[in-house]
Amino acid sequence: MAYQRITLTVNGEQETVTIPGHMTLLQMLREELVLTGTKNGCAAGECGACTVLMNGEAVNSCLVLGAECDGAQVVTVEGLANDHRLDPLQQALIDAGGVQCGFCTPGVLISARALLDRNSRPDESEIREALVGNLCRCTGYVRIVEGVKEAVKLEAAGVR
Amino acid sequence: MQTIEKTPELIGQSVGRLDVLEKVTGAAQYADDLPFGKDLLYARIKRSPLPHALIKSIDTSKAQALPGVKVVVTGQDFPNHIGLYLKDKFIFARERVRFVGEPVAAVAAVSEEIAENALELIDVQYEELEPVFDPEFGASLDAPLIHPDLENYEAPNFIFPQPGTNIANHFKIRKGDVQSAWEQCAAVVERKFRIPHVQHVPIEPHVAIAQMSDEGKVTVWASSQSPFAQRNIFAKALDMSQSDVRVIAPLVGGGFGCKAGVTMEAMPLALATKARGRPVKLRLTREEEFYTNFVRQGLVINLKVGCDENGRLLAMENKMYWDGGASTEYGVNITRAGGYSSTGPYDIPNVKTDSLCVYTNHPIGGAYRGFGMSELHTAVDQCMDELAEKIGMDKVEFNLLNCVKEGDSLVTGMVMHANGLQECIEKVAAGLRWGENAQAGAPHKRRGKGIALAWKAPAMPPNAGSSARLQMNEDGTGTLAIGGQEIGQGSFTVAAQIAAATLGVPHDWIRVAGPLDTQYSPYEWQTVASRITWSMGNAIKQAAGDARRQILEVVAEAWDEEIDDLDIVKGVVVSYKTENETPLKDLVIYGLPNEDFTEWKGGPIVGRGSFMPTYVTGLDAETGQGERAVVHYTVGAQGLDIEVDLDTGKIEILKAVAAFDVGKAINPELVAAQIEGGFVQGMSSAIFEEMQLREGHMQNPSFVDYRIATATDTPGEIESIIVEVPQDDGPWGARGIGEHPMIPTIAALGNAVYDAVGVRLEGPPYSAERVYLAMVDAGIVD
Repeated sequence: MAYQRITLTVNGEQETVTIPGHMTLLQMLREELVLTGTKNGCAAGECGACTVLMNGEAVNSCLVLGAECDGAQVVTVEGLANDHRLDPLQQALIDAGGVQCGFCTPGVLISARALLDRNSRPDESEIREALVGNLCRCTGYVRIVEGVKEAVKLEAAGVR
Repeated sequence: MQTIEKTPELIGQSVGRLDVLEKVTGAAQYADDLPFGKDLLYARIKRSPLPHALIKSIDTSKAQALPGVKVVVTGQDFPNHIGLYLKDKFIFARERVRFVGEPVAAVAAVSEEIAENALELIDVQYEELEPVFDPEFGASLDAPLIHPDLENYEAPNFIFPQPGTNIANHFKIRKGDVQSAWEQCAAVVERKFRIPHVQHVPIEPHVAIAQMSDEGKVTVWASSQSPFAQRNIFAKALDMSQSDVRVIAPLVGGGFGCKAGVTMEAMPLALATKARGRPVKLRLTREEEFYTNFVRQGLVINLKVGCDENGRLLAMENKMYWDGGASTEYGVNITRAGGYSSTGPYDIPNVKTDSLCVYTNHPIGGAYRGFGMSELHTAVDQCMDELAEKIGMDKVEFNLLNCVKEGDSLVTGMVMHANGLQECIEKVAAGLRWGENAQAGAPHKRRGKGIALAWKAPAMPPNAGSSARLQMNEDGTGTLAIGGQEIGQGSFTVAAQIAAATLGVPHDWIRVAGPLDTQYSPYEWQTVASRITWSMGNAIKQAAGDARRQILEVVAEAWDEEIDDLDIVKGVVVSYKTENETPLKDLVIYGLPNEDFTEWKGGPIVGRGSFMPTYVTGLDAETGQGERAVVHYTVGAQGLDIEVDLDTGKIEILKAVAAFDVGKAINPELVAAQIEGGFVQGMSSAIFEEMQLREGHMQNPSFVDYRIATATDTPGEIESIIVEVPQDDGPWGARGIGEHPMIPTIAALGNAVYDAVGVRLEGPPYSAERVYLAMVDAGIVD
């Protein structure tokens, strides 16, 4: 098996790992770096539970090879809170009641973070479009969308 | 049974969930996140490629010889039948396979890839048998037998298998005189519906890890709604003592019924018994998740209902053929629930029901949010809609006239308890602006409204129990041990609220002990059936009441006062008589000293509580009649305002209104969240979902081909209405609400589509394609 040694930044920390060439970013995060907040829901890029930020873009980490991440900046759900201060999206999702079983939550938060980073004033349809790849079976999305809208307001008011 | 006393302030408050901080930071641990170190073995499953066949031989020698493979097991090694109700299933197939995907053998290896590669090396020779895919045919005497040994299977006394047939349970209702009632009917509607198989699809796939110690005790870590039911089934499967089997169940990433009972969890356990102490992990792929585990059974239902010239319901004949699949261990009780609730929430004096659970060569049916009620109501409420129209009556007026009311003799003869169904109907009609014609938004669209009712009782053995333990801590907080699971519905938060309200402390002074662990958590039957807030809630209330009583007894003795003059308010024991007070932290562990510290009273406070309904009676095998079939019914109504696009058949839901009588909402926001989420799951099953089974093979086992609702599919507005008519056997009157919100949705949509374009489908999904073709067939569009 061909192994590769790569260096990347995960949640602001530089990491060097030696991984098999076919290992996905999802497996690398969960198994090598023990960042289990990123979830495996389908391993086929269809459910969005494994969404992470890679160089600022939301990606399904199950569809990215670890080896592709040499030199990349990766942010997972564990990297959203800053020094125990929650990201406005995390706080707003809690306040809106947008978390039930919590399994889709990490991916939802990351997709929403990517949206707000590129568009600080999205309207509801833009929010829904940004979350279309994150399946949720519990909430019916109602309170998730409300939470993101609330986070937009918080960030517009300078919270973050 | 308890009386309903004054409701504490905390009950009815939407306090924040206790489990969310860890869920938004990624810290929450699910079964797949648990660390097991380098010793961990990975399991993969060899599955049947055929729907029905005899196993002629299994050769595992090549797989066993593959480097890295540590254990290979087959059905040879595990002869015991397992099952929740009817014990008709093996851990691995023995002699015969009965559905595509049935486990035949399993491999544990040092990596998942090696285990997967080993599967290719297992040689299984089959002799194909004629399969059965249609439950109506399956129930006939012409059908090949799928379980020739049915007569030898162990079943509880309320399940009625018919040996020599494929009928695993035949539940009957014979009430009144249906034959002569038809003659008095002014209008009769007769229809057949087919409700397809659907899948639960929690976003977290099933995961279980098992390990056996040197002394032969086993531990299973599983994503589970039922650690105790699983422990019991595992113990019986392996001929072990329940106390030597430990099940640890961390947070569940969505269950909806598919993580109740035992499905895949027994397989890593079977491997672990031969793995010399190494833990063995099995994680289902999404594809396996779709067709190898519990499914929601398909249903073929023939329904006939009639009413008199005033619209009063007179008779119903209901014949249900449930597609139980290859094993009906759980499904037999869905059939029973479908039978004893077969009228829906309508008062009908003459009823003949035959609810048949039929073996087929399809995937195994299990519990799915609603336990048969969505399927049943799909037929019942569409027929009622049609009947109202036929007799020339407004549907809401028809519903109000015919819905079950307090004191009515229900389909089983049970007397209906106080309930707010009429209020639910009225509020949904108001929210929907029923009777007001609204125009479609475009010339190529048609607008329609539909309404449907729902009822459901907790379906469970008559004596399913709950227990709870409240241990006080040094700082006056309490650790609440329970066996009911947090599967997203908010049970831990409601549990803490109930304990805190009873004890007299703020809700965040109660910590729920997790993960659930059968070694430390008190017994709970299963987190299913919308029974936890009610049943476990009763046990928690008793445990916290017990702790409270112990505390007040200590203080009363120390202060030489009467207990009735004392109270616990926000964590402080107060005397209304002497205005003495002492914080809980000063006494709940160390007790209270007398004045000169020469004597102490009390000690560590531990409250205990248990609850089991003792009042559910059996039902007559021939008539389905009995005094009290179930503990209670949660009832409600739902309405939809939709548009149908004539060019495409696409449905857009403009507004959904739902009202349910929860008895007492312990936490109203959590109730509303259940109503919204349940509605969208129901909508998803109504518009998108169908397991496409062709000759027993699922054609669409992926999220691309089996679409569920996404963030762009939900209606513009969902109005959730809570009605509260208290339940006499619930904590402060509470009844469950977990399953009910999705029960009426398919019927409500069917009625709205009919209102909009005048067509009825034989069943869901109401996909654009199917609606469009139905409109073409009806000549509504070219």
